Amino acid sequence: MVQIGSGKGQPGAVPGWVGYALLPLLNLIAAFALSGLVILIIGENPVKVLSLMLTEAVGYPEAIGYTLYYTTNYIFTGLAVAIAFHCGLFNIGGEGQAYIGGLGAGLVALALTGWPWPVVMVLAIAASALFGAAWAFLPAWLQAKRGSHIVITTIMFNFIAASVMTYLLVDVLIRPGSQSPETREFDPGVWLPSMERALGWVGVTVPQSPLNLSFLWAIACCVLFQIFLRHTRWGYELRTVGRNERAAVYAGISPSRNIIIAMLISGALAGFVGINEILGVQHRILLNFTGGVGFVGIAVALMGRNHPVGIVLAALLFGVLAQGGGQVSFEYPTINRELVMVIQGLVILFAGAMENLFKPQVEALFRRRAASADTAVTAGRG
Amino acid sequence: MDDLFILLLQLLGATIRVATPLVLAAFAGMYCERAGVVDIGLEGKMLAGAFFAAAAAATTGSPWLGLLAAMAAGVTLALIHGFACITHNGNQVVSGMAINILVAGLAPTLAYAWFKQGGQTPLLPSTARLPSVEMPGVEALGGVPVLGAVYRELVNDTNLLIWVTLVIVVATQWVLYRSRFGLRLRAVGENPSAVETAGISVTRLRYQALMVTGALTGMAGAYLSTGHGAGFVRDMTAGKGYLALAALIFGKWRPVPTLFACLLFAFTDAVQVRLQGVPLPGIGVIPVQFIQMLPYVLTVLLLAGFVGKAIAPKASGIPYVKER
Repeated sequence: MVQIGSGKGQPGAVPGWVGYALLPLLNLIAAFALSGLVILIIGENPVKVLSLMLTEAVGYPEAIGYTLYYTTNYIFTGLAVAIAFHCGLFNIGGEGQAYIGGLGAGLVALALTGWPWPVVMVLAIAASALFGAAWAFLPAWLQAKRGSHIVITTIMFNFIAASVMTYLLVDVLIRPGSQSPETREFDPGVWLPSMERALGWVGVTVPQSPLNLSFLWAIACCVLFQIFLRHTRWGYELRTVGRNERAAVYAGISPSRNIIIAMLISGALAGFVGINEILGVQHRILLNFTGGVGFVGIAVALMGRNHPVGIVLAALLFGVLAQGGGQVSFEYPTINRELVMVIQGLVILFAGAMENLFKPQVEALFRRRAASADTAVTAGRG
Repeated sequence: MDDLFILLLQLLGATIRVATPLVLAAFAGMYCERAGVVDIGLEGKMLAGAFFAAAAAATTGSPWLGLLAAMAAGVTLALIHGFACITHNGNQVVSGMAINILVAGLAPTLAYAWFKQGGQTPLLPSTARLPSVEMPGVEALGGVPVLGAVYRELVNDTNLLIWVTLVIVVATQWVLYRSRFGLRLRAVGENPSAVETAGISVTRLRYQALMVTGALTGMAGAYLSTGHGAGFVRDMTAGKGYLALAALIFGKWRPVPTLFACLLFAFTDAVQVRLQGVPLPGIGVIPVQFIQMLPYVLTVLLLAGFVGKAIAPKASGIPYVKER
């Protein structure tokens, strides 16, 4: 028989790593198994495709640079979704906020030709945060004051952002005499240095890739995120509203104030995508540079359990998918880039919506093992 | 004067054509949301319906098999949604979002691999498309003022699915408020434990509701690709699923207001198409992008509560966990 208090904690307790490591891993395997099935339906060899995907994402230094460049975007949007989640909000508008944030960063870079890049960087970070936050403000205000469904309003703001940006790029900001809807290239002096250049200053040589200094800013944001959320009064208030709005009201915390604060921070974080994409890589404002990063952010936040460390790991996973998937579509004529979305969708489905799929079985397994171990211990003693 | 009247009729005709997929999707959402399951995946299910309808119609030449395939695809995705949210108590918004992303990738991927036309299906011949219904007596009524024109422009030559949609609207109103199933459906969305206490399975009811949702969204997709259009193109739904959801919220989850919300969105869209490039007196030509965002801006304005607060079914979005 299992004895209560046999010195092994609770009887049949399931170790913590099962929840945050084993179950996500099982979900991931299930998602990839189904993705393999889709590849099989297309008529390709799933093992070959998926292993090529992995090689092209982490197999050599240049590929790692590309993967980390995608990861940077996903860290920003993942953090953006997570901070809203902590306040009980679902920000699906990361896409539009990132788009408008990029506009802010781009306008700063266009205006400050000839300035030293560190100054431009700081001002662009401020501008992208401001623009992103501004785009999140109206849905936040409507949710806080009028109870408008934030999921719907943020989706609508994504569409509106797309229209506004198309208008600006086609009719206003377009380089005179150019056909393609994009601005002129920024002065090379204001570009955010690439990682290759930055590491060159300290004597480290890495191959060329789009990876740039914004990666470090993303990591810094993770640290700031955690400090804000866990070690400040504002973070505490925000989490209280997210956990129990009524309790927050009784404690004298204003839910509507915190809803707006959370969404402003969320919008600012999403806006930082513009620093990476516009200031670091594209060096001009162009159409659709966001390409779905806001939506991937939802998956990243979910898989990362809204914790910065988890978000970095999940962002890494989606970075691998983005980079590897892109390369696979070059190699196989039957596969196009949309396959990445299939895998993303399946990962979100299994890791996000069906996170408890294997929980009962796994927990039962561990209970049984713990029980038999306990029996063995007691038997040994006797 | 006569020209203006005809223009108005054409505008109304366009409104009805644009409204049909919106109405189907919004009413699809009504079934599951009234049962307490939030479905943000209307968009994805519609897109899947559009793709499979076009794919089946292109392969077999039969629009009916296409319609069937679309509905089967919709139901399958709805069951996946149910498996995640009802059986495993997953987050309903996340599951819906996952389905949207999955289908947005899967449809072009399969189209690319099967038809090799850059993510589209081949252009469908008219025999492989859902037919329009020719009404008798257009000629005879043609001489009658007003009525003759209305009959010719609005009633005649209307796609079959538009008529089916009309039937579905009426049927939904009846099912929701007059049938036993509807009563239980509404109850399960407000207070699932009470329904369970009465000996009715919450799980079963919610699955049934989701299957209706899947079938109707599939139909909406089939209308897009084989009724209104002639083949599947990438990102064909273009946010219609989200607009339908907004119409549902705006219509406070009730059939008649939801129908009018859909018609309003569709009317904005029809006007939007007409307004492009037309100079307005005193304003000049409005940039096309601003006209295109009209439906979305309208949605935000409406949701901002200019029509009173929308109160969702009480248990909507909350997984039901039976007490043991």
